[in-house]
Amino acid sequence: MTTKPKFTMYWAASCGGCEIAVLNTHEKILDVDANFDVVFWPVAMDAKYKDVEAMEDGSILLTLFNGGIRNDENEHIAKLLRQKSKILVSFGSCACEGCIPGLANLSPVDEIVHTAFNTITTDNPNEIYPQTTYDVSEGELHIPKLFPILRPLDQVVDVDYYMPGCPPESHQIAAVIDLVIKVVKGEAELPPKGATIGVGDSTVCDECPRARNVKLIKEFTRIQDIAPVDPTLCILEQGIPCNGPATRSGCNARCPQAGAQCIGCYGPAEGVMDYGARLMTAFASVIDANTPEEIDHILDGIPDPTGQVYRFNLAGSLLKANREAWKRIDKRTQGE
Amino acid sequence: MTNNTFEPTIIGFTCNWCSYRAADLAGTSRMKYAPNVRLIRMMCSGRLDPTFVLRALSGGADGVMITGCHPGECHYIEQNYKALRRFLLLRRVLTGLGIEPERVKLVWASAAEGARFASETTMFVEEIRKLGPLNWGKSSDQSTDNWSPITDNSPKEALA
Repeated sequence: MTTKPKFTMYWAASCGGCEIAVLNTHEKILDVDANFDVVFWPVAMDAKYKDVEAMEDGSILLTLFNGGIRNDENEHIAKLLRQKSKILVSFGSCACEGCIPGLANLSPVDEIVHTAFNTITTDNPNEIYPQTTYDVSEGELHIPKLFPILRPLDQVVDVDYYMPGCPPESHQIAAVIDLVIKVVKGEAELPPKGATIGVGDSTVCDECPRARNVKLIKEFTRIQDIAPVDPTLCILEQGIPCNGPATRSGCNARCPQAGAQCIGCYGPAEGVMDYGARLMTAFASVIDANTPEEIDHILDGIPDPTGQVYRFNLAGSLLKANREAWKRIDKRTQGE
Repeated sequence: MTNNTFEPTIIGFTCNWCSYRAADLAGTSRMKYAPNVRLIRMMCSGRLDPTFVLRALSGGADGVMITGCHPGECHYIEQNYKALRRFLLLRRVLTGLGIEPERVKLVWASAAEGARFASETTMFVEEIRKLGPLNWGKSSDQSTDNWSPITDNSPKEALA
């Protein structure tokens, strides 16, 4: 019987990129194995929910939970792992703020299902939709039921630490693994509860090596419409909406360094309550126009403002979802 | 919708130098205007972080009124232009979230324009009354007890 502390990793509504980022820590993953007993990690090993359910409360030391809460299975496992884990880390952008799956909060859930199962991308002439329960000779089958909107992990259970990123950078993951191992050995202390870990304390702009001058934007454009992008000049200054000013540092400005705009996967910078609001402030400040007509004309260069400023953060923002999605919740809670 | 009994809750942001004094003037001049606006004074409309508006709307406000000095008359030279740009961008983002952009209004009012402040406020309250309550989802709705998974109705029926 092993005495090593227990480690689990789970994916809810996510793509699996977070798992790949963990494996991208290369030989550091051996340290995880050397110092932890990996008891549950659906991507990497075979384990059953009932095995976790049989564990004692608080018997898992560390759980990295990635993915948002989109259906009742996600919620069940989130609550289960919260109950069984001492340290629950909201791991990756989906768990922290909804990420790309959170953009589905712009549409009511029935429309999402309809789009997925019966539009030009899916040939479904008989209009067959998945049912959440189905009777077969062996008994009743269930598949998870979708919730009206996707919620980040901390809207469902208490979270100890946040580790943003889509996915979190592997060098940051390695540093966090090192820290936890030191804590286990009694050589270091954990950061205060609720801290965001594996990140910088400033913005992506602060880490970005590109030259910055006074920004005066006469026209917003999309990166595919500019060729070539100036390799040394601030991307926002070139008129491409770059989310760096509102985004937390920690990635070494990876995208701007590669010639693409920051899309904001590291989430809100320290002290920012609403990511989109901060970004709106930043974009509005650089527009070089003072009349409503001219400003509107420049803003036409951002074809999807809501998606632009909330690309990763919609589910974690103050408003969280489109009004239509909220309305469906009202209907349900009022039992209509 | 029982709009006749609906009293909109409006949050108003005023700038210290013009519009707040306009509201003051309206008050000292005994002008009558709709009592639905809760005013919050800022030093300048340029202080208006869109976060304030989003917080107000998510926290129960049905509309938000932003007021500042007339263009060219900002106490801080040009910050009201920033407020204008933020306002125009914010309206686009709100539209994407299914909120009528008319729920956020920008009014320029100088310290001498108490009457304008009063009439714009009353007009805005009536506009919001027509739009009806916003009833934005509250954080309490997110307690999982209040959440039920979707029913087994096929989306086709639900969309009908």
